[in-house]
Amino acid sequence: VLLLTLSVVAVAHAELCKPDAQNAFKVRLSIKTALGDNAYVWDANEEYLFKAMVAFAMRRYSSKTTTQISNVLLCNVTDRVSFWFVVTDSSKNVTTVPGSEVEEAIRMNRNRINSAFLLSDKTLQFLKITSTLSPPVEPSTPVWLIIFGVVLCLIVAGIVFLIVSGIQQHKKKNKESTERENLEEKGEVTVTVENGIPCETLDLKAGHINGVFVADDERFTSL
Amino acid sequence: DGRPKWDNKFQYILSCIGFAVGLGNVWRFPYLCQIHGGGSPASLPYRPLPPQEERIPLLHLELALGQCLRKGSIGAWNTISPYLGGVGVGSWMVSVLVSLYYNTVLTWVMWYFMNSFQEPLPWSVCPLNENRTGLNEECYESTAVNYFWYRKTLNVTPDVTESGTLQWWLILCLATCWAIVYLCTIRGIETTGKAIYVTAIFPYLVLTIFLIHGLTLPGAADGLAYLFTPNLNTLKNPRVWLDAATQIFFSLSLAFGGLIAFSSYNPPKNDCEKDAVTVAIVNSMTSLYASIPVFSVLGFKATTGYWDCLDRNIISIINEFDLPEESIMRQNYTAWISFLNSSYPEKTAGLKLKSCDLQEFLDQSVSGTGLAFIIFTQAVILMPGSQAWAILFFIMLFCLGLSSMFGNIEGVFTPLLELQIISKSIPKELLSGILCLICFIIALCFTLGSGSYWIDIFDSYAGSLPLLVIAFFEVIGVAYVYKIKRFSKDVKWMTGRKPNLYWQITWRFISPLLLLIVFVAFVSLQIQKPPTYAAWNPKYEDFPMKEEKVYPPWVLAICVLLAVLPCVFVPLVALFHLIKRTCRRKD
Repeated sequence: VLLLTLSVVAVAHAELCKPDAQNAFKVRLSIKTALGDNAYVWDANEEYLFKAMVAFAMRRYSSKTTTQISNVLLCNVTDRVSFWFVVTDSSKNVTTVPGSEVEEAIRMNRNRINSAFLLSDKTLQFLKITSTLSPPVEPSTPVWLIIFGVVLCLIVAGIVFLIVSGIQQHKKKNKESTERENLEEKGEVTVTVENGIPCETLDLKAGHINGVFVADDERFTSL
Repeated sequence: DGRPKWDNKFQYILSCIGFAVGLGNVWRFPYLCQIHGGGSPASLPYRPLPPQEERIPLLHLELALGQCLRKGSIGAWNTISPYLGGVGVGSWMVSVLVSLYYNTVLTWVMWYFMNSFQEPLPWSVCPLNENRTGLNEECYESTAVNYFWYRKTLNVTPDVTESGTLQWWLILCLATCWAIVYLCTIRGIETTGKAIYVTAIFPYLVLTIFLIHGLTLPGAADGLAYLFTPNLNTLKNPRVWLDAATQIFFSLSLAFGGLIAFSSYNPPKNDCEKDAVTVAIVNSMTSLYASIPVFSVLGFKATTGYWDCLDRNIISIINEFDLPEESIMRQNYTAWISFLNSSYPEKTAGLKLKSCDLQEFLDQSVSGTGLAFIIFTQAVILMPGSQAWAILFFIMLFCLGLSSMFGNIEGVFTPLLELQIISKSIPKELLSGILCLICFIIALCFTLGSGSYWIDIFDSYAGSLPLLVIAFFEVIGVAYVYKIKRFSKDVKWMTGRKPNLYWQITWRFISPLLLLIVFVAFVSLQIQKPPTYAAWNPKYEDFPMKEEKVYPPWVLAICVLLAVLPCVFVPLVALFHLIKRTCRRKD
């Protein structure tokens, strides 16, 4: 009798859990992609952990403590590592828990399931269950506005500096030319000017003596 | 005599080089090499073999002219002959038009620069859609980089007739750029001469850093091999030669009047022949030198794209056939594909795998703004330490563009100072401030949603055809109105030796002839098909491909106006003087 019940149960399980069965979900893991050299091998122990996590999720979601690890059925495990799973309802006779409930339960506890396997939403995929994506972190003031403020302050400082120094230079030039005019008016310093060039600056020694006129001196008879 | 002058010769040479070496050296030249399949004639004339007969003589001519006559473009051409005054006015007009839109390109560079300080880079991830279930649709269908450029930066409208609204972030960046230009040109060459040390030398530093880094990237060798292998088929296409000729001509920034302005501040006894040859050689060498890191990075990007394509296919195969991970690697991909095709043909066909071809990725080319803001930014994301690379790259682009802006602004500023309209009591600072403010206000229309389409229009029509016409009249004017004999005597007085036979022949015959050929070819190619533009339309059925649209008639009218306006001054001024003379004779 024991053998009979066991075989009946096995057949029933095979009926419930098969690819594309009602309320069954396909799971795909990419362990090597996520962990590289630290990848663990997917064996029966990992499968046990998975069953435990799904049972945990169901318990948390429906807050009834009736879901057992034996209620979670896995099948068609491939080398990819992918498999199908289904959650049976032990209270009702050999039926599966509706897919929507399972979906909600998994979605609620996605984070916990991911961390149990050291994977993420992308490497532990529940096909058909979409995850809500977390928004990218955005600082309160966009960074570019800060940079813009800094750059603009520097530029304005530069412009102000240049304009002020330009005005100062202008004033100095004006002052010098008015000073020179004042001095000339007062007559204190008469600056003799030859062709617009003050005579002091003319280097008379550097000038050339015109030989013609020097020679001409001898033409006049001496007194 | 009160005319400002350069602090030293090096400043002058750097300014000319900075003006000539601009954004086009980085993104137009490599594009030409790429679309004409590497080793194209675009790069051939840059190799020392055939001398560039149309542009070095023109360069020599402009530098000698400015130095000898010591006036800006309008004054210089008025001195040569009052009938040729229109040439000066034409170049002044072109400088104004180009200054307007060129600084908007720098605005975009500045925007990207300011966004490069974020971690992660904002163009590397797609934002989420409203209910947070997936990525933003427009971003998902194209790429994150495209989305950031077309939506977040430009907020581009699907049509040139739809103006959209002013984008406030672009206005802020535009104000910053014009403020920087004002800061550097506030007192004319006194201030640009100091600024040019940084803006002309820094790009070379960055190019060298990128060169070293680019050569270490995987796939760089493929990119470089692509650059240097000539595609003999494309060499037969005359369009290729025309593109090369026009690119060579435009890359030296001739006929803007900026070079005349720069050399007018030189002491009269200066070897302008040597200067011209130096500037031309440095310009060509820079283009070649810049293309090496650009192509290394493009090769890297193509290789990464190819690997991504392979990886995506591998994942689909593994998922479909439930094979263990890492059973199919890139190396045995082709073996697996043939095995699967033979054993499970329907299943494999059902996967709809994309064919991954490295050559196809290398052939994907974009020029101009696309190269910098789409392709390069995508490549930068893939490099470790992407913020630093992005910041360096955008500072380099900004410096390149800024040094060209100096030349443009000098081409506008110097003739204005010499015109009798402006009284001498107005300080230079005020004048340059007013100029920058007016340009800023007019350039605000480029920050509209359709701004990027307008910039393309300005670039293709105002920055191309008038230059050819003006350059042609420059050479003809000096060779046949001023007479080459007189000009050679002036050059001999300045440099100490008579210009040799090469210059005589090119000035008299070859340059005008070549310019005429290029002009005729250019115009004939333009009128062969109605001008179209590529619009970014998310509602287009083939999105993310761009939609080819035809310009509406009123836009075409503006294009023609932009191309004709500078050129029309040449005959107008000549006519004006002719009428004046006949009136005077009558009296």
